[in-house]
Amino acid sequence: MAYSDKLINHYENPQNVGSLDKADPEVGTGLVGAPACGDVMKLQLKINDEGIIEDARFKTFGCGSAIASSSLVTTMVKGMHVEQAEQIKNSEIAAELSLPPVKIHCSVLAEDAIKAAIADYRKKREAAQA
Amino acid sequence: MAPKLPIYLDNNATTRCDPRVVEAMLPYLTETYGNAASRNHSFGWAAEEAVEQAREEVAALIGGTAKEIVWTSGATESNNLAIKGAAHWYQSKGKHLITVTTEHKAVLDSCHALERDGWEVTYLDVKPDGILDLDTLRAAIRPETTLVSVMLANNEIGVIQPVAEIGAICREHGVIFHCDAVQATGKVAIDVNAMNIDLLSISGHKMYGPKGIGALYVRRARPRVRLQAIIDGGGHERGMRSGTLPVHQIVGLGKAAVYAKEDLDSGKIDEQRRLRDRLWAGLQENLDELYINGSMEQRLPNNLNVSFAYVEGEALMMAIRDIAVSSGSACTSASLEPSYVLRALGVEAELAHTSIRFGLGRFTTEEEVDYAIALLTEKVRWLREMSPLYEMVKEGIDLKSIQWEAH
Repeated sequence: MAYSDKLINHYENPQNVGSLDKADPEVGTGLVGAPACGDVMKLQLKINDEGIIEDARFKTFGCGSAIASSSLVTTMVKGMHVEQAEQIKNSEIAAELSLPPVKIHCSVLAEDAIKAAIADYRKKREAAQA
Repeated sequence: MAPKLPIYLDNNATTRCDPRVVEAMLPYLTETYGNAASRNHSFGWAAEEAVEQAREEVAALIGGTAKEIVWTSGATESNNLAIKGAAHWYQSKGKHLITVTTEHKAVLDSCHALERDGWEVTYLDVKPDGILDLDTLRAAIRPETTLVSVMLANNEIGVIQPVAEIGAICREHGVIFHCDAVQATGKVAIDVNAMNIDLLSISGHKMYGPKGIGALYVRRARPRVRLQAIIDGGGHERGMRSGTLPVHQIVGLGKAAVYAKEDLDSGKIDEQRRLRDRLWAGLQENLDELYINGSMEQRLPNNLNVSFAYVEGEALMMAIRDIAVSSGSACTSASLEPSYVLRALGVEAELAHTSIRFGLGRFTTEEEVDYAIALLTEKVRWLREMSPLYEMVKEGIDLKSIQWEAH
């Protein structure tokens, strides 16, 4: 498949690969996808008291587009407020990487990963306040 | 010494046309360019002579006679002609066919087409090692069964079916046996008589010949097999396949058969087995959680199909761009479904997504294999470092215990 230079660059030099401490109350973890479907994304966001995303890390099992989408998302959300990050649409990710039509689901997964990580962070906060 | 890049390890997809084959073909484009059907001048006679010599050469590779070879445009046509041709010719005897779920699409889709026209087809499952159970076959044969189609060797996993036993069962029941031998010619010894094969498909480009040419062996005696043509016209090839013969292509297939037989008779084919085993041993030495798909014992000498657990196949192919291989991953297919062959073996979808097919060949060198081992080791490790699944497994988490959300 012919991929854009941007996609190949994110795949070959992925940004922010790794893991943050799951137990850290400031870290939200999103794990989306399924091994049987051929892609699983783990996105972790470290969010401070002001709701600013200070750090982002990912690990992804999936094709080149899935890895590139994850890498791109980590670079996009860093420094954003969670409410802003929640607004990221898969179409922005797909357009940025020029994903071919059969790979659009990779961008959907990346959007889901952001939402899942933020939801996990909020759940942790609520549990801590309760 | 560093090998020349890129490295071709996809010889189950197609092969390089042997330069000796190309050389033999060329005069039949520019000098001996007659129509083999021109009966009344020397151009036609020379073309016909070349075609008949090639027929002898192809027949010698499979233990048949020259008169039993029908030229086609390739193995897809050979499979269509064999299955649809026999089904139609023998329909007064019955309209039931038997094949196997791991067959090539050219066989399966020919069967699907016949199903739409009123035939009934039984698709037999294989054992987890990819091999057909003979009792399953025996149980499926009915009085109205006219044809059994089973491949000699599988295109994805290289698994070799017990065709001699299958042939004996078919003969015993008076059923025609078609064998798609595309992947096997020149890699394993074939004898259509000893194996009781009635129809056998051959492809040029899978055995170092040109693309666009194939052959169908059609048994002429004990029993004589009849086919209804699917391409009508001038009545070439004893009425079974009309169309002016592409003499240069046929000469190429003939020469490819000669060199394929040479590889077998001289034992040169064992060099591919040695390199294949070297590749597998090298990978296993460096990496954990590798899984072979299909029987390692009953397998083509040049094929290796491995699942690199927790690393998606297309991502791995992107990472080893200097090495040409194939993957059973969904992401390499337009359908987004993982390999139906691997699924038929019971390989779980998560492992099917991580499979890579290596096809070594006549021109593969030890330097290339060693380069492949080193590059795969580096890139699989790199992708596993990035894989949340590998991380979870290393943390002792059972992936099956997690509620994954399918999407």
